[in-house]
Amino acid sequence: MSNSMVETASQIERRVMPDKTLGQIVVDNPRVSARNVDVFYGDKHAIDDISLDIGASQVISFIGPSGCGKSTFLRCLNRMNDTIDKCRVEGEINIDGRNIYDPLIDVVSLRARVGMVFQKANPFPKSIFDNIAYGPTIHGLASSKVELEQIVETSLQRAGLWEEVKDRLDQPGTGLSGGQQQRLCIARTIAVSPEVILMDEPCSALDPIATAKVEELIHELREQYTIVIVTHSMQQAARVSDRTAYFHLGKLVEVGDTKQVFTNPKHELTQDYITGRFG
Amino acid sequence: MTELNDDFFRHISSEFNDELDVLRRSILEMGGLVEAQLVSALSFFKTNNSSVLDGIEENERKINAAEIDLDDQVESLIVRRQPIASDLRLVLGVSKIVRDLERMGDELEKVGRLSLDSFSSRDSVGITEIERIAEQVRKMLSEALTAFARLDLDLAKEIFEREREVDKIYQSALRALATFMIEDPRNIGTVLNVVWIARSLERVGDHATNIAEYVIYMIQGVDIRHPGVNQNKVD
Repeated sequence: MSNSMVETASQIERRVMPDKTLGQIVVDNPRVSARNVDVFYGDKHAIDDISLDIGASQVISFIGPSGCGKSTFLRCLNRMNDTIDKCRVEGEINIDGRNIYDPLIDVVSLRARVGMVFQKANPFPKSIFDNIAYGPTIHGLASSKVELEQIVETSLQRAGLWEEVKDRLDQPGTGLSGGQQQRLCIARTIAVSPEVILMDEPCSALDPIATAKVEELIHELREQYTIVIVTHSMQQAARVSDRTAYFHLGKLVEVGDTKQVFTNPKHELTQDYITGRFG
Repeated sequence: MTELNDDFFRHISSEFNDELDVLRRSILEMGGLVEAQLVSALSFFKTNNSSVLDGIEENERKINAAEIDLDDQVESLIVRRQPIASDLRLVLGVSKIVRDLERMGDELEKVGRLSLDSFSSRDSVGITEIERIAEQVRKMLSEALTAFARLDLDLAKEIFEREREVDKIYQSALRALATFMIEDPRNIGTVLNVVWIARSLERVGDHATNIAEYVIYMIQGVDIRHPGVNQNKVD
């Protein structure tokens, strides 16, 4: 053992906001590539110069205290912020190489490519079948009733819900349990063959069993989709994601492999947050 | 809480802070018991007064009890707090230091027992060499515990240098002891005991070095054991 073996590690960055994001924001073959993104709500600067790549077949968690901008940034990825008055987005977000803020982009088809699952399950007040069939129908993804039925079955199977609902597809989606409703919403998202799935605290209203099922689903879906999940549960971020990004006061402080972030964060702000210390 | 980096005690949960503080105090107390074993042995080498070794078995039992108590604390912290980042490294580090301290306790109990059989006077064969090793190892242990208490990176690194010193003294002692055996084969039985004592003390020094490695892991999150096994970890 020589002393030189222990000279190379750097000390943790101190508790001041960094000038630039710590860790690797760039990945090989990104599916999502955000550069210098700023978001304003009127005068409020909600997102401050964030750049981040997200790879295909990758699960990334966004973590940070309330109001840090993680959900705002998530909603930029399928232009959900367009629906908010006075919201202005600057910078560039490319998905598969195309800027999604290009005026020529069809926002409806963008939101099919970049699906979203919300904190509270929000099934349509329709049957289980119609909940899944709605998206493929309006996007013209099925040319026949048989094909539509096939999409519904496949989507429910992928969401791990088929066995539980196959005998009551005509019953209201709102009659399912909270966990089942959330998986129904995930199945509804999958039904339109998205490339990216955004999840905004998808398990915060679920019990541990329903949470485990959704997390297992995320694990199974990761091969096929890029998944971005906002969560307030550190354990959930540690369990489900390949990479973790820590947001603070509208900035992206740090991003890295999940194991690194949770065992050896590079920035003290990250460490204070994930370990529950006073900031 | 006095010495350990105050950052460890800034959790919003005061109960978590208290639990980590108790953990830290407990491991230092266990380290103190092991240090007392070493000091007793050293005192015996210097004075040849066997009464200084009277408490060594009782101390060994206390060390074993401390191991069980600390393992229980570690288990409880993992279950209740799910520590991460620097907290995780502290808890993992402590769980490993416990094992090393317990083994040091075993080695020093052996040192005490064999010393009573081997060193009947201040002039006994090998006692000078053993005293030199024990003195260096005592410094290593003391520094390892201080490095843990203060999370002192520089001090932890110095222990590797001291380990090299101990290795030199140990090798030199073995050569001297071999000479004693060659010179008078009647010494072989006694000298072999002294070799075992030297070996145990050298092992105690290795365990102190392990503690220094864990302290570096706690501070920097890098695993410096076994260089070359996983080069990424020392980047």
